[in-house]
Amino acid sequence: MTEFTLNGQTQRVEADPDMPLLWVLRDELKLTGTKFGCGVAACGACTVHIDGVPTRSCQTFLGDIEGAEITTIESIDTPEARAIREAWVELQVPQCGYCQSGQIMSASALLAETPKPSDEDIDFAMEGNICRCASYARIRRAIHRAAEIMEA
Amino acid sequence: MLHYLDTKLPQPTPTRRAFLKLSAGAVGGLLIGSVIPMRGVAQSAGAGDTLVTPFVHITPDNRVIVLSKHLDKGQGAATGLATLVAEELDASAEQVEAVFAPSNPEVYQNLLFGVQGTGGSTAMANSFDQYRQAGATARAMIVNAAADAWGVAAGDISVANGVVSGGGNTATLGELAVQAALQEPPAEVSLKAPDDWVYIGKSFPRVELAQKTRGSVGMFGIDAQPEDCLIAVTARPPRFGATLASVDASEALSMPGVVQVLEIPQGVTVLANNTWAAMQAREALVLDWAEGSGETRGTDELMEEFRALLDAPGNPSAPRGDAAARLAEAAQVVEAEYFFPFLAHAPMEPLDMTVLYDGETASFWGGSQIQTLDHGAAAAVLGLEMGQIAINTTWGGGSFGRRATFDSHLAVETATIAKAWLDGGNGARPIKLIYSREDDIRGGYYRPMALHRVRAGLDAEGNIAGWEHRIVSQSIFAGTPFESFVFTEGVDHSTVEGTSDTPYAIPDMHVDVHHPQVGVPPLWWRSVGHTHTAYVMETMMDELAVAAGRDPVEFRLAYLEGEPRLAGALRLAAERAGPAGPDGTSRGVAVHKSFNSYAAEIADVRLRDDGSVKVEKVTCGIDCGVPINPDNIAAQIEGGLGYGLSAVLREEITLTEGEVDQFNYPDYPPLRITDMPEVEVHIVPSTEAPTGIGEPGTPPIGPAVANAVFAATGERVRTLPFSRHGLA
Ligand code: FES
Ligand code: FES
Repeated sequence: MTEFTLNGQTQRVEADPDMPLLWVLRDELKLTGTKFGCGVAACGACTVHIDGVPTRSCQTFLGDIEGAEITTIESIDTPEARAIREAWVELQVPQCGYCQSGQIMSASALLAETPKPSDEDIDFAMEGNICRCASYARIRRAIHRAAEIMEA
Repeated sequence: MLHYLDTKLPQPTPTRRAFLKLSAGAVGGLLIGSVIPMRGVAQSAGAGDTLVTPFVHITPDNRVIVLSKHLDKGQGAATGLATLVAEELDASAEQVEAVFAPSNPEVYQNLLFGVQGTGGSTAMANSFDQYRQAGATARAMIVNAAADAWGVAAGDISVANGVVSGGGNTATLGELAVQAALQEPPAEVSLKAPDDWVYIGKSFPRVELAQKTRGSVGMFGIDAQPEDCLIAVTARPPRFGATLASVDASEALSMPGVVQVLEIPQGVTVLANNTWAAMQAREALVLDWAEGSGETRGTDELMEEFRALLDAPGNPSAPRGDAAARLAEAAQVVEAEYFFPFLAHAPMEPLDMTVLYDGETASFWGGSQIQTLDHGAAAAVLGLEMGQIAINTTWGGGSFGRRATFDSHLAVETATIAKAWLDGGNGARPIKLIYSREDDIRGGYYRPMALHRVRAGLDAEGNIAGWEHRIVSQSIFAGTPFESFVFTEGVDHSTVEGTSDTPYAIPDMHVDVHHPQVGVPPLWWRSVGHTHTAYVMETMMDELAVAAGRDPVEFRLAYLEGEPRLAGALRLAAERAGPAGPDGTSRGVAVHKSFNSYAAEIADVRLRDDGSVKVEKVTCGIDCGVPINPDNIAAQIEGGLGYGLSAVLREEITLTEGEVDQFNYPDYPPLRITDMPEVEVHIVPSTEAPTGIGEPGTPPIGPAVANAVFAATGERVRTLPFSRHGLA
């Protein structure tokens, strides 16, 4: 039995402690907003926040998250995430959308840390998130736009 | 040709009753009610008491639900179709939604294919009239209902932004939807003049984007969560065409969560209660594979065999003039050989399909891209009529061609597992088949490997004097249901497209082709043959321009006098790109016509300190006819060129003794944000019929960047990808 906080609620899960958090979320808890892209921490589709830090849930194991605070795309509602969502729709960022849960989790963590990110900051924070539709030019613009929204 | 199309399907008829019945059959009356609440899948709508047509439903609570016959896997087809309906219906943008139409080729066929399917960048081209007519038909029924209700002549009623008014009355579309359902659909409708368009040409916002910022809950096939669902993963042979010799599943079966292990023709499938258990148990299978008819050659051997074929004449494709004679007398001859590797599509959502089969009916959920083929193939496996099967199309997490297969292998495997499960004496349960990323990267259905050799001449004045072009590549279409459309006289047109039909006025040109047999399943990959032909044509044009001492834009324009649209796209891009060389960058130009659209891309490139290529900026000119949604056109060009850039920089599937060498994104590395250029898209204004936009952005980027690399380094990259040369 592992106990942790998920989207503000206490959660107990009885499963293989080696099960990646990704599959705990998707299969055991039916939270499918967090996506499976590679399973090897190479694409970022599965990004969640663990104690506020963007983390690949496919390489985070149930046995390691005892007591952690986990936030997923379904529930993240920080001012940064709200600004990111607004900018994402304004600039029509997603194409297929499959990578975007991870992109938004990474981008909102970036803004929380660095309210006015430079292009280099964006490269550094977002390089781990693959978008096979190559919506990258819009992701970059939308992060700058979200920073503006936050400032206003 | 498509034998399963003979199966009886509902016939559309023009009477209102049949109209409603058809719609109910097509939309509401799926044999099994949706057991999975999926956004985007047409649900039982309680048809019969509100306005329901095959292409649009208007509900009393004022929603306008457009039924997209096309899969939307990111290209924006659903929004495009919704735009067309909203335009003629005069709906408000906020009230419009899209769901996917059920599988029914009579009603929902791609008018260019004859089957229900999405591909070849045809979604708007084939639907432009049909979906506008659907909107206009619904509008006429609404107007007639208002006329009856208010005692006002139909001609005195107007509709704007979702509000119907006339004779001092107003109502929403939804308020009139119930009465409108009782109206006879008009036999004919007239469409708006382009000057009256309020949405077409104005960047209608994508209908589903807000959901896609909240986890896309319930949208993708992989997110289907039916009660009691089993997860299936299959161990497939390590070599294409190999077969199972033996399996020991005892350890796998003893693992917690594992329910069953099935031997199927495709391999060995593990069924488990969750994905992790299924994947772990698959690792624990002890498998022995017999070689069978499997491919055993590696990339190097294939390359050698292909190269030998370059020396022998192939099957000619539309030769013109006398290339050999002109080359014999040319002042200069430029000769070059090119190699293009196998490419995987690697869409972000790995392949998946979910099925519920009870022995008499079956429902499938997934990003089906050629519904008619998947539907027929599933029926054949299950021994059912197509009418006993519902295909519920979900949003697709990318495709780039991968979700459209001739053999419907995913539907076939899903159906095979469901049948084996039920035949094994188990009760009906939903089963979701999932590919891991490794299954995807190693699973074949690649852009086939290709070799080209070109000899092109210049006369003393620097004009092209003869062009000989030989291509060696596996045929994509031979032996498929579409063979007769594309493969004629020994030439697969999808291999040579962009060469023998080049828009350039090259008077003496001889293209021929060899199609060797390779035991690796090939498939169309975003822009198909243009993925390699544009690279060869446009780098060769650049070589010729350099050899002739002429400007690359001017040189191309000289051969495009009869092609004003491609010339127009190039002029627009060149004008907007401004002078070459800002910030020490080098410039490359390429143009290409594909899918009846005309694209020009101008790349400004810099070499990093480590010698790798950084594309700083790409300026594009695009003519795709009436620009239905300019912002989506820009998005598709950005994405299309990003996808093409990804391939030329680092993507390559190689084989060793028939086994794929790559596994996952770390060794099949897609483009990341650090490599994405700034992109400027300029659209040529047009009143021509709309043409493709999902693919035409892809072909020109490789050669534009390669030409810029030449400008920077003096080196021609002719063996792809760039990473082979330390350039990425
Ligand atoms: S699925 Fe976790 S990084 Fe790709
Ligand atoms: S939007 Fe399709 S993968 Fe990013």
